[in-house]
Amino acid sequence: MTTRLFGEPVRRREDPRLLTGQGRYLDDLGSGAAAAAFVRSPHAHARVRDIDVTAALDVDGLIAIYTWEDLPERVGRPLPLLIPHPALTHGRTAHPLAKEVVRHVGEPVVMVVAADRYLAEDACALIEVDYEPLKPVVGVEDAVQGGHLVHEDVPGNIGARLVQEVPSAAGLGAEELIDSAPHTLSFRLDIERSAATPLEGRGVYARWDGSDLRVYSSTQTSTSVRMAVAAALGLPLTNVEVIAPDVGGGFGVKIVHPWPEEILVPWAAMLLGREIKWTEDRREHFVSSAHERGQVQHVRVGFDDEGRVLGLDVRILHDHGAYTPYGIIVPIVTSTQLLGPYKLGAYRVEFSSVYTNTVQVTPYRGAGRPQGVFCMERTMDKIARYLGKDRTDVRAANFIQPDEFPYDQRMTFQDGRPLIYDSGNYPEMLRLLKELIGWDDFEPAPNRGIGVGCYVEGTGVGPYEGGHVQVTSDGRVHVSTGLTSQGQGHQTVFAQIAATELGVPIERVSVVTGDTRRFGYAVGTFASRAAVMSGNAIALACRKVREKALRIAADALEANPADLEITDGVVHVVGDPTAAVPLSTVAVLSNPLRYAFDDEAAKATQFAGASSPDRPPVAEGDEPGLEGRDYYSPIRSTFAAGMHAAVVETDPLTAEIKVVRYAVVHDCGRLINPMIVEGQIHGGVAQGVGGALYERMVYDPHGQLVNASFMDFLMPYATEIPHIETGHLETPSPLNPLGIKGAGEAGVIPVSAVIASAIEDAEGIEIDRMPISPSELFDLRG
Amino acid sequence: MSREHEITLTVNGAAHRVRVPGRRLLSDCLRHDLGLTGTHVGCEHGVCGCCTVLLDGRPVRSCLMLAATADGHEITTVEGLAGPDGMSPVQRAFADCHALQCGFCTPGFLCTVTALLEENPEPTDEEVLEGISGNLCRCTGYQNIVKAVRRAAELKAEES
Repeated sequence: MTTRLFGEPVRRREDPRLLTGQGRYLDDLGSGAAAAAFVRSPHAHARVRDIDVTAALDVDGLIAIYTWEDLPERVGRPLPLLIPHPALTHGRTAHPLAKEVVRHVGEPVVMVVAADRYLAEDACALIEVDYEPLKPVVGVEDAVQGGHLVHEDVPGNIGARLVQEVPSAAGLGAEELIDSAPHTLSFRLDIERSAATPLEGRGVYARWDGSDLRVYSSTQTSTSVRMAVAAALGLPLTNVEVIAPDVGGGFGVKIVHPWPEEILVPWAAMLLGREIKWTEDRREHFVSSAHERGQVQHVRVGFDDEGRVLGLDVRILHDHGAYTPYGIIVPIVTSTQLLGPYKLGAYRVEFSSVYTNTVQVTPYRGAGRPQGVFCMERTMDKIARYLGKDRTDVRAANFIQPDEFPYDQRMTFQDGRPLIYDSGNYPEMLRLLKELIGWDDFEPAPNRGIGVGCYVEGTGVGPYEGGHVQVTSDGRVHVSTGLTSQGQGHQTVFAQIAATELGVPIERVSVVTGDTRRFGYAVGTFASRAAVMSGNAIALACRKVREKALRIAADALEANPADLEITDGVVHVVGDPTAAVPLSTVAVLSNPLRYAFDDEAAKATQFAGASSPDRPPVAEGDEPGLEGRDYYSPIRSTFAAGMHAAVVETDPLTAEIKVVRYAVVHDCGRLINPMIVEGQIHGGVAQGVGGALYERMVYDPHGQLVNASFMDFLMPYATEIPHIETGHLETPSPLNPLGIKGAGEAGVIPVSAVIASAIEDAEGIEIDRMPISPSELFDLRG
Repeated sequence: MSREHEITLTVNGAAHRVRVPGRRLLSDCLRHDLGLTGTHVGCEHGVCGCCTVLLDGRPVRSCLMLAATADGHEITTVEGLAGPDGMSPVQRAFADCHALQCGFCTPGFLCTVTALLEENPEPTDEEVLEGISGNLCRCTGYQNIVKAVRRAAELKAEES
């Protein structure tokens, strides 16, 4: 059957446009719009004493200059705290422009609007801000000493503290079980800061026509930006539309909203009555968008002779930077996803989420999981080393078994729901991985090592997504969903789902995402949720459309709907292709007309005999049109899993580290498009390699980010990324109609742990920090 | 305000007469003066390679060049890579091999690879890696880009 496209490596439908320069990214829009630029704080912590704009007023093309004092009350308020949590007792967010105090280098202080960006930057350069420097708080361990405060009213710089305890089946606590265990280990792990750094930064472009506001933003959530903008500007929601155009990568940083610029640019556009655009430059992205990773972990573990974990106690210091707009999602995810594919005797995890005078920390692909997996997988390796056991045997001894699903980890996940794994097969996954990398045949050699890492990833978090599907009278199928796209291939995978569900050629299906004019209810694209959430919602909407199409066609064909199927866009009686009506005609018949705009439409007019004169043209409870809308709202997350292995070689003299092989086995349930899933895995692994070996945000003691450029923040090129060998396992999720789990973040999650494991094997030195550079490894050799 | 210059750029075969301030970057001139927004700007300091265009057939970073310096030169941007019969072998190979995700870095890679294969139609694996090692991609992990370069070389050979 030609329309069975689910599961096929269908070529991407977005590519011809993107390959010919026809993409429309934020800065490609708004030709002729005025440009905004920002004066940003050069200090990590300072009081703003005075702002003198006099010199800037003479700049040709200057349109406006705004400081916090110029903002109306509603606009100047602190930005929303998006995800409140009872443990976040001291949540703080920034004002759109600094009010009195700046708390990190890069915080916006003055907004300038001018005829173009060059002129706006000229004006910025002439604005003099008088700062009274305050003592900066840098580094999470200094911060908790509380000697200096990021926020005067947050004692000890602690924004949140959360303890979660899962006692053993016998009711014993982790600490007790560790103390009484046959073997115990305790150690410290350090994970540096990194960041999403999509190649397109953020950007906002706003148009106001006197009554309606249209905002384009390079965002991962247009529906939520819309609500935030309407609220901040006091506009009725229906007068605000937000569109995410082509977005040049997100990886988490663009889920945060509203960014100061998302409020200020539309506000100024309304005030000035002209189109305004702001496009973030690379340095701005480093110092004013969000970072992630950044944790210190203290671990204590008790285990038996087989390496089974009897008790695990983890204490985390999490650096969340200067503000907490995204709450404490990252350390919550670390704490819960740390458990991986394992069942522990008892578990206690405590985190302190701490303010520092640095860029705020919000989710970056993996969103706290790489830190948690680093912790658990280093623990597994240390247990194996202590007991002299194979590292994979220790893991296997702790695995949840296939017959134990659904498996309740007895914690609360990031969606506020129980951490219950839906399905999986971890022993089989490990077997496949060992076979793929050749674990059992690996020849140990000096400066050559093999490593392994396992993870479980909660994907497809709620609360919901929706889909709208409309078949028009030309036979085209128009699919829309509210969440956004940043390269995931949604126009292809959602079209595959619709084409499969409706029995139409994929060429007839078009998909729109992230445009509130087309679909207003959505959450956003993050947490590996788009395929699970919108994929299922679109499938459900298609099923409604299909049911209606069969009902109308059955009438037209005088057949029983149960005897009909749709093939290549034609509804026909099973086994009788001659008794058939095209979906285009069904769409015409679904919409009773008075006026015929073409021959096809004439079939639905009042004298064409399409409907019985004894019934209303649109039956009670029915609606005109061949369209359907539905939502998918899961009871809880699905849990994808993966296991990676790597072989590394280290240079005996220079300590250069080279990843020579990299193998992945992953399970994200049923695959919609294996080519796209594999692409997601490759990209994730590459980001993981960056995080394991190269990328770190380096702050000096004054709170200056000293490597805020691509010259110094070392994102890997092709020459740094190994060839990735991939194996698939498909354990369908029982939680959703399509049986799928998310794949977006998968690749990045265990990479630091895997590479640490392999370096440790190559060098015989314990690797307890990430990233690790050749010079650090050299020093560790002593 | 810097002095303005009247320059002529031949872009994708068409001559454009433009008035630009001396400090106008070639990338900004292409994107904002000529409306050719297919050339992207990812870092403005010459590291990411997103803004790569062909200047007289050779790849250059248009963010590191002033528009005035390009006066009188022939420039090819991503919009000019396709021929009358459709996408070039390099563009088709990128689609075949799923060598792009968000597409932001893609125009730079396409220009780089087009020049690479013009100069060296049968690059070794090492030469392919070296050839694209000045362009950053945050989405694909490069594996499929490497595959696409090999595929493009095959397509070009088959079609020449």
